[in-house]
Amino acid sequence: MAAFFSPFISKPDSVAQIMLKVLLALLPGIAMYVWYFGPAILVSLTLASITALATEAAMLKLRNRPVAPFLKDNSALLTGWLLALSIPPLAPWWLVVVGTAFCIAVAKHLYGGLGNNPFNPAMIGYAVLIISFPVQMTHWLTPHGLGTTELTFADQLAYIFSSTLPEGVKLDAITMATPLDNLKTHLHLDEHVSDILNMPIYGRLAGQGSEMVAWGFLLGGAYLLASRIISWHIPAVYLGTLFAIAGVFHLVDPAHYVTPLFHWFSGAAMIGAFFILTDPITSPTTHKGKLVFAAGAGLLTYLIRVYGGFPDGMAFATLLMNICVPLIDTYTQPPVFGKKDGVSGNKEKH
Amino acid sequence: MRTLHQFHGGVHPPTNKAQSTRTPIAVAPLPSKLVIPFHQHVGNIAKPLVQAGDRVLKGQMIGRPQDGLSSAVHASTSGTVVSIEMDVVAHASGLPDLCAIIVPDGKDEWVPLQGLDYRSASADEVRSALRMAGVVGLGGATFPSDLKLRSGKSKVKTLVLNGAECEPYITCDDMLMRERAAEIIRGAEIMRHVLGAEEVLIGIEDNKPEAIAAMQQAAATSTDHMEVIAVPTLYPGGGAKQLIRVLTGIEVAAGVRSTELGVQCFNVATALSTYRAIQLGEPLLSRIVTVTGNISDAQNFEVLIGTPVNELVALAGVLPDTRHYIMGGPMMGIPLPAATVSVVKATNCIIAASDKLFPPAPPAMPCIRCTRCADVCPAELQPQDLYWFAKAKEFGKAQDYHLFDCIECGACSYVCPSHIPLVQYYRFAKSEIWARENDKKAADIARERHDYRQYRIEREKQEKAEKLAAKEKAALAAKEAQTADGTPAADNAAQQKIQEALALAKQQAAAAKPQNTEQLTPQQQAEIADIEARRARIHEIAQSHVEHPKE
Repeated sequence: MAAFFSPFISKPDSVAQIMLKVLLALLPGIAMYVWYFGPAILVSLTLASITALATEAAMLKLRNRPVAPFLKDNSALLTGWLLALSIPPLAPWWLVVVGTAFCIAVAKHLYGGLGNNPFNPAMIGYAVLIISFPVQMTHWLTPHGLGTTELTFADQLAYIFSSTLPEGVKLDAITMATPLDNLKTHLHLDEHVSDILNMPIYGRLAGQGSEMVAWGFLLGGAYLLASRIISWHIPAVYLGTLFAIAGVFHLVDPAHYVTPLFHWFSGAAMIGAFFILTDPITSPTTHKGKLVFAAGAGLLTYLIRVYGGFPDGMAFATLLMNICVPLIDTYTQPPVFGKKDGVSGNKEKH
Repeated sequence: MRTLHQFHGGVHPPTNKAQSTRTPIAVAPLPSKLVIPFHQHVGNIAKPLVQAGDRVLKGQMIGRPQDGLSSAVHASTSGTVVSIEMDVVAHASGLPDLCAIIVPDGKDEWVPLQGLDYRSASADEVRSALRMAGVVGLGGATFPSDLKLRSGKSKVKTLVLNGAECEPYITCDDMLMRERAAEIIRGAEIMRHVLGAEEVLIGIEDNKPEAIAAMQQAAATSTDHMEVIAVPTLYPGGGAKQLIRVLTGIEVAAGVRSTELGVQCFNVATALSTYRAIQLGEPLLSRIVTVTGNISDAQNFEVLIGTPVNELVALAGVLPDTRHYIMGGPMMGIPLPAATVSVVKATNCIIAASDKLFPPAPPAMPCIRCTRCADVCPAELQPQDLYWFAKAKEFGKAQDYHLFDCIECGACSYVCPSHIPLVQYYRFAKSEIWARENDKKAADIARERHDYRQYRIEREKQEKAEKLAAKEKAALAAKEAQTADGTPAADNAAQQKIQEALALAKQQAAAAKPQNTEQLTPQQQAEIADIEARRARIHEIAQSHVEHPKE
């Protein structure tokens, strides 16, 4: 008769299923990645997956928690994937391993494990890596057709695991700065936006190839919205804020500020809007709170991109807003049934 | 067409209602015995009027309502009271309660019944008749209906009849409306009359088209303003607050009486019982019970109050792998402490539960703050926060976040992907807060008593002092008067006597030396001297230690 109480039924759903759906939603973006940049990303995803699960298991053991149910919840896997998608695919293997291990061990388990981490673990991992290994973090693959030479999959593997390139190939020939980074550098040289965007690395909206990856994440995000894994609040307001601010700057000074769409389809804006900021554990729980959180993240992303020292602002914007979540939640508590203003029958006395 | 309102959240669990609506309501035969608890309603237990060995008739009152909030209890058939004893009853606590055990004689012999013409009777007479007929809310809450038929300060404009029946599996109201709509409408007329309401709105979830049709037909025969309204099927749309919201747009906050906002709500079965109690003088002796779940022939029965559950489920063919019985629905029902407990006024449904039908929930995972619970909460709470506070035993915080507005509908637990038994946490927090309130009350009473004692002692002291002062003052005044007169009065003689007595006492005290210090041996005297010397030394040392820090 133990633990037999109402409700006696429950909706067939689980944390593992939710996380699995989020992983599935990443697939279109990953497919685009492979299409435009080659299969190296699959190697880092695999490395991140293995490291995430191994670290998760080790930490659970250390913390005397049941290993199997937590390993099966797919949350560690998701953290690993999000980190792998944030760092250059050609990064050395240990960069992925160190970053993922840090995400899981420090950002997740030292704070109490699933459900208790105040910061998005993947973004903590990204922040640690970009501060500790800035050089390795800026060697991004050049999309197909733009580099002077292209590596085969075997060459990519060789480079990831032993940092050796085929004879005669220089690293600069196969890698480049991100479109955002490149834009920033050239703006510093007092070049005009219209001239910079004429460079071959730029496509229709933003970076050649990377804009298509962003489309992939947008598609995955639409799936998450449709399957009610996430609500519209965070992605809509985040992208909306980013668009509005970038729009104002662009309208005032188009020579020095790129279009809002460039911001949408560059860097981590799309994956951030649908997959990172929407992490329920590290975002507000109230609807109003989500709006505040997303608007703040949008503003910070723009400011860091335009005025900050880092190529992208997504990760730091996320972490800064993560800090504010408890406060936002406290001050955005919605009124409860029967205690609202303007509803007939409201007899609340304060 | 009336515009309907919405309440926040809600869930769509599988309804599982078809199984028990295939056959009409069957009358359950007389059981081998009746176990009738004296406490089947909200409020005070009814006072037993019978003893072991008494013969009782069907409809005879065996428990009289005690004080304001209470209701009567009757013998459901004629027979012999074999004992009045503590028995396990169908209650969430699982605690035993006082019951009358009646063995039926099979004659089903009625007490003489007398109806009441409610149109000519006063409202008080109608209420009193309902109280003595033991009519309570049959939706499951069992609140005495007579007390709900008071208008309160503001006038009740709308009477809501609740036929929503949103809980899965339960079909007793559905079948009742299909088969006995006319009697329900007659009951509603009595209720409307007593309340002086202008309109009667009958809310039925739109998954019961037969019931809606039957009720519409019956309502058309009424001269009162009655409307049968199909409401969307959405759990917990049958909660009184939710149904009132959907039909009228009014939100009745926790702790507010709906009558203050001009609405009162009754279950359809309560309306029927009201009709029978008033019009026919028939007390509440039976109710419709859905018997379903792990059952071969799920159906509704008209069951005498007091019928043991195991005898009832046997009628419907309970399957052998049944492990528990649930009273009520799968969302809010309670597990029965034993299959031998009896059907009470609150028993709307008995679900035979097997592990296959209700598999145990998987182990709970941590909360990931996904807020699916907040999305479905009809009270618009933040269940994930309440869970956090309840778990951390931060009960003050839980109350700040409106813990007591929770209606325990279970929608949050139902959708939780981490399978956290959220409602259990809220029940725990509520009971802890109640326990603390009680402790606090007890402590307050103790403190008050202590304070009063202190005050009394102080007061007595003061009174004594005042008396003494008054006496002295009087004495002084007398003395002054005397010296002024220059003649020694009787007082002076008394003063002298006192002086003499004091002197005598002093003498006696001086004479009375401790017996054992006289006539000591030299050895003892030496010892005393030694001890005195040591004491002096210790004293010295102690003083030097005390002074030490000064240096």
